[in-house]
Amino acid sequence: MSEQTWAGIAAEDVEVVTASLSALLRRRVRRLLADLLRPYHRTAMVVALLIVLANVAALAGPWLVGVGIDQGIPPLMHHGDLAPLLLIVAAFFVSIGIQAVCTRSFIVGITTLGEGLVLELRQRLFMHFQRLPVAFHERYTSGRVISRQTSDIDSISELFAEGLDSLVSAVLSLLLVGVGMLVLDPPLGLVVLTGFLPLAVLTLWFRRESAKAYRRGRESIAAVIIHFVETFGGIRAVQAFRREPRNEEIFSGLNGAYASASLRSSRLIAVYSPSITLIGNVATGVVLLYGGFQVLDGTVQLGVLATFLLFLQRFFDPLQELSQFYNSFQSAAAALEKIAGVLDEAPAVPEPARPVELPEVRDAARPGREIRCEQVRFGYRDNLVLPDFNLVIPAGQTVALVGQTGAGKTTVARLLARFYDPGSGAVLLDGVDLRDLPDARLRQEVVLVTQENFLLSGTVADNIALGKPGASQAQIEAAATAIGAHPFIESLPHGYRSEVGKHGGRLSAGQRQLISFARVFLAGPAVLILDEATSLLDIPSERAVQSGLRTILAGRTAVIIAHRLSTVAIADRVLVLREGRIIEDGPPQTLLTGDGEFAALHASWRSSLA
Amino acid sequence: MPESRAVRYPDGDVALLTLSQKWLGMVQTGQHRRGTSGCTRPKIQVTAGRTTASVRVMPPDPLQPDAHARPQGLPLASLWRIRSYLRPYLGRLAFMLFAACTSVGAQICVPLLTKSIIDHAIALGHREELVLLALAATGFGVSQALLNFIRRWVQASAVTGLEQAMRDDVYSHLQRLEPAFHDDWQSGQLLSRATTDLAAIRRFAGFGTIFLITNVVAFVAVIALLINLDFQLGLLTGIVLLPVAALSTWFERRYGVLSRLAQDQQGDLATAVEEAATGIGVLKALGRRDAVARTHRRQAGEVYQTQLGKARLRGVFWASLDLAPNVIIGLLLLFGAIAAAHHTLSLGGLVAFITLTLQLVWPIESMGYILAGAQEAATAAQRIYEILDAEPAINAAEPAINAAEPAINAAEPEVSTADRSGPASGSPPPAPTTPTAALPGLPDEPGRRRHTPAGVAFEGVGFRFQGARTDLLRGIWLEVEPGQTMALTGSNGVGKSTLLSLVPRLADPTAGRVLLDGTDIRDLPLAELRCRVACAFEEPTLFSASVRENVSFGMPGADDTDIARALEIAQADFVYDLPWGLDTRIGERGMSLSGGQRQRVALARAIVGRPPLLILDDPLSALDVQTEEEVTSALRQVLAGTTALIVAHRPSTVALADRVALLAGGRITAVGTHSELLATEPGYAELMSGDPRPDRPPEPPEVAGDHYSSAVPR
Repeated sequence: MSEQTWAGIAAEDVEVVTASLSALLRRRVRRLLADLLRPYHRTAMVVALLIVLANVAALAGPWLVGVGIDQGIPPLMHHGDLAPLLLIVAAFFVSIGIQAVCTRSFIVGITTLGEGLVLELRQRLFMHFQRLPVAFHERYTSGRVISRQTSDIDSISELFAEGLDSLVSAVLSLLLVGVGMLVLDPPLGLVVLTGFLPLAVLTLWFRRESAKAYRRGRESIAAVIIHFVETFGGIRAVQAFRREPRNEEIFSGLNGAYASASLRSSRLIAVYSPSITLIGNVATGVVLLYGGFQVLDGTVQLGVLATFLLFLQRFFDPLQELSQFYNSFQSAAAALEKIAGVLDEAPAVPEPARPVELPEVRDAARPGREIRCEQVRFGYRDNLVLPDFNLVIPAGQTVALVGQTGAGKTTVARLLARFYDPGSGAVLLDGVDLRDLPDARLRQEVVLVTQENFLLSGTVADNIALGKPGASQAQIEAAATAIGAHPFIESLPHGYRSEVGKHGGRLSAGQRQLISFARVFLAGPAVLILDEATSLLDIPSERAVQSGLRTILAGRTAVIIAHRLSTVAIADRVLVLREGRIIEDGPPQTLLTGDGEFAALHASWRSSLA
Repeated sequence: MPESRAVRYPDGDVALLTLSQKWLGMVQTGQHRRGTSGCTRPKIQVTAGRTTASVRVMPPDPLQPDAHARPQGLPLASLWRIRSYLRPYLGRLAFMLFAACTSVGAQICVPLLTKSIIDHAIALGHREELVLLALAATGFGVSQALLNFIRRWVQASAVTGLEQAMRDDVYSHLQRLEPAFHDDWQSGQLLSRATTDLAAIRRFAGFGTIFLITNVVAFVAVIALLINLDFQLGLLTGIVLLPVAALSTWFERRYGVLSRLAQDQQGDLATAVEEAATGIGVLKALGRRDAVARTHRRQAGEVYQTQLGKARLRGVFWASLDLAPNVIIGLLLLFGAIAAAHHTLSLGGLVAFITLTLQLVWPIESMGYILAGAQEAATAAQRIYEILDAEPAINAAEPAINAAEPAINAAEPEVSTADRSGPASGSPPPAPTTPTAALPGLPDEPGRRRHTPAGVAFEGVGFRFQGARTDLLRGIWLEVEPGQTMALTGSNGVGKSTLLSLVPRLADPTAGRVLLDGTDIRDLPLAELRCRVACAFEEPTLFSASVRENVSFGMPGADDTDIARALEIAQADFVYDLPWGLDTRIGERGMSLSGGQRQRVALARAIVGRPPLLILDDPLSALDVQTEEEVTSALRQVLAGTTALIVAHRPSTVALADRVALLAGGRITAVGTHSELLATEPGYAELMSGDPRPDRPPEPPEVAGDHYSSAVPR
């Protein structure tokens, strides 16, 4: 498959990662990292210098102990001369001082760098998601948008906060100790380094196996969590249909699978970690034996042997850490891959290169604007919804869009609000192509209301004010009153200052919808599009909203979609859509008297009423 | 060789755990798909914790007192209660402790052998002794590694088993708790207990307990040895190193505070992120991108600052952890060399001294971490027992009454005689003896008994939500005769769904009682009651299973013919077009269906078993007019053969009913036929048509002709 197909997020769903794909992903991550790191070049260099210094100083300690034994004790023993020992001990204290200061500065430095990166990444990602079109969000789902910005970012942050300093430090001290031993006594150093061979093999094995176990663990805990949330999210159905025993069976199976995956992980470490201890301890024995003979033969000094013994601990210990942090490194890398993919997604509804201004509205009392669809062609992937859609809605007209499910009503609504761009053709607002309007300007003029009555956490007043930031309390209440929401808001414990709870959970669906309407009323757009916006209301509430709508819609352009045909009550004109084409178009009364689809629809709706 | 700092993460399970957060995202995806209304999404807070916490626990909503979140005794007492789960592993735990202590002993021996090598073999030139001692040192080193391996291997299975058993118990206990409990607890809360808290306990049980003991043993043994080697230097070492344990404890405490702060801030950030993601449509429609971005930037900045604060603390701590033993080694080098020069300490003794001192570092510096782990585990245990101690308010274990035997579907395996083995003390129910006619459209099948329609009655039923100040329902008297279909209607939020949920005992009334065929439903075994009552809710919950299994839940043992018939009535034939037909997996971990599709499958599930009582809570709300009409007309056939209670908002659904009950202000204000109520109840007429004048459905409005302009048809 060509690389082009993996643009953006496409690679997220791929199970088998081919070599070329993984090269592409790595390239993308590298590009992103390079870009993020650009402002931190100097910091990165300082941090690197600090860690090298800290490790060199840390190695100097054991070496000075050996030097002290070899060069400090003999003068003292034979001449009572304390000076060389004092000098060595002083050097020792200087080196551990340097080590402490450098370690501290390194940890602070690398976190500053890492968290700075994370902060930048968070903001980029947030803005990027906000800019990506609705079509992207529908495909990508909010759950994934959230995990990209929470758990993925957090695993990167976690790497900086907990792991990376140890990781870098471990690798470096491994290298430096190895070099140090070779420099100090090449034969003895080589003897110890041969222990590195089985260690390397072991580490490679562990890396591979633990990556597998890690994946298995991820998958199995995910299954446990999903089943858990599904059960308790639908506990009513579970209990009503006596699904508990079956659920228990499923859960215990999933939980068992997770337990065995985590057992596997633990056992890998149970093998790996003592193996390092084993190799380290055998190396100690070998150093004692071989080094002992060397000392006996006078080719190695006793202090060097002591230094080696101390070095050995610094040599093998970091490996334990390496193995521990490998997984968090891996998950951070995977997270970064996905984030890089998202950031690669180009907004399909881009901002105009050369924005065009809308003509001024001449009459402030009639702020509506004309909408025109010219030869609009639009489809979702292989499903062509609108083959050739043409429509003119004059400023100030209220149009009801009716038709069966799948006729393309919602698509039209979304094209008018520029949630999508047409495949060909154009949607014009007062003669200006929507694509030539800056997003902020467009949103002032055109507002789409769906039955998704989303409330932000905050008070009722905050939520209404979302329609017009900085609105006064009086304006907010006026909007609520106009839409018939005032009485119920007043009856809430704290009136307009009542917290709506997470996503408005405290309010009924109908009440949330009323608040959404008040919000739009306050926003006062030139064009209002309602897509099944009243479907969650009971009939009296819908009536109330409709009478409010009459006031809002006066002078504005409106498109209303509703399967309850009572909506037609406030429409000037009805469009009947079938398979993406307008098959009937006229004032409701004219259409009602005929024998077309609208008449039939209306008759069946009427008969359903009473 | 001492265990390194890395042992902070003993089982490598951290990475697995932090995953739970990743998958919460996936779960939310599904939940979001499910709820167009947005009110059913589980309230999960996602954030990263330090080493453990992955699911942030939201504080309980202040508006609703959380009756369940009361602490149950001291955390340590809760931790102690866990011992019952450890019982199967007692032998293994003892063995682990033994292995750990022996391993400490072997580790201590190596420096002592080093001393002998330097002082005897090398100093005196005994080559054979050198070989022997070096081999012995290697032997001790190998056995230390072996013992560590054995301990870890045994520990792995013991603690995994412990965690698994506890998680199974938490899950099954939660399933027994009534829906009201789940309404009070955010699902993120429950999930964090089942994942993060259990892992904390697992870590402590396997790792903390062992090291708590061996660290003390190691410290005492090594200090004793050091004092034996050189009294003054040994004492000095002990005195200088001991405060490191205090430093470590202090660090863990301070760091814990900062980590929690970071978690809270990340949680707030996650909320902002979640709102911006779920509300993307609205935010885009209103063009409010910059406003939310500002909030996000401020909150992300706070997280950044806290992380830097953590790094500063960590930097000081790790630097001091390196510094303290180094200072001692420096002092040892000075005083040890002087002592060696004066022959009060041998050179071998000095080397042994330094290596032994290094062995003390880990036991001391890890104390803070282990104590923090103990505290974490204790709190976790407390949180888990909060769940396990919650008594099911709707008790399934009451003495069973051998009721309504003839009405039970013969193909229903769950209500076997074993399940109803309780004392048959109650009065026999008014078991209907007249066999019903075959349901129209549902011809009887040989070998399968049909259900007899049940009668249901509400007698003075009242209901009040926990913590609410007023009753939602009060004095409800309503009787539905066997075979009758009753529609329940009323404005939004009046309590229709609550009233219906009383029948399958998803909640119990706070006053009065509900009778099924004359028996108080609280006297029926839960399984039997729920087998006789089938429900379909407005919010259709499907399970992650095949379509076939989902539908069969309404009738265990249903064959394809039963399922096909039910799917046909519910107009859910679309399932045959799914990739694997009836075997296609749907639900959270399967194919996603639209709201209307899910409602129809859920309806099929409710009707497939031809239950004696059918509870339908606005089950067609997500269907378009045409489909609704088709379902309604098919449903008529089902309703003819059973008793049904239907919540209806639309006249079309009401038309299915023999009688209609109007619910207003917590009471049934009127019962009658549709036309009776239309004529006599202005409230009803308004509800049905939005028009208080019953005889005049809304007129189409006048057309403002001057705005009219024609489309350009093609």
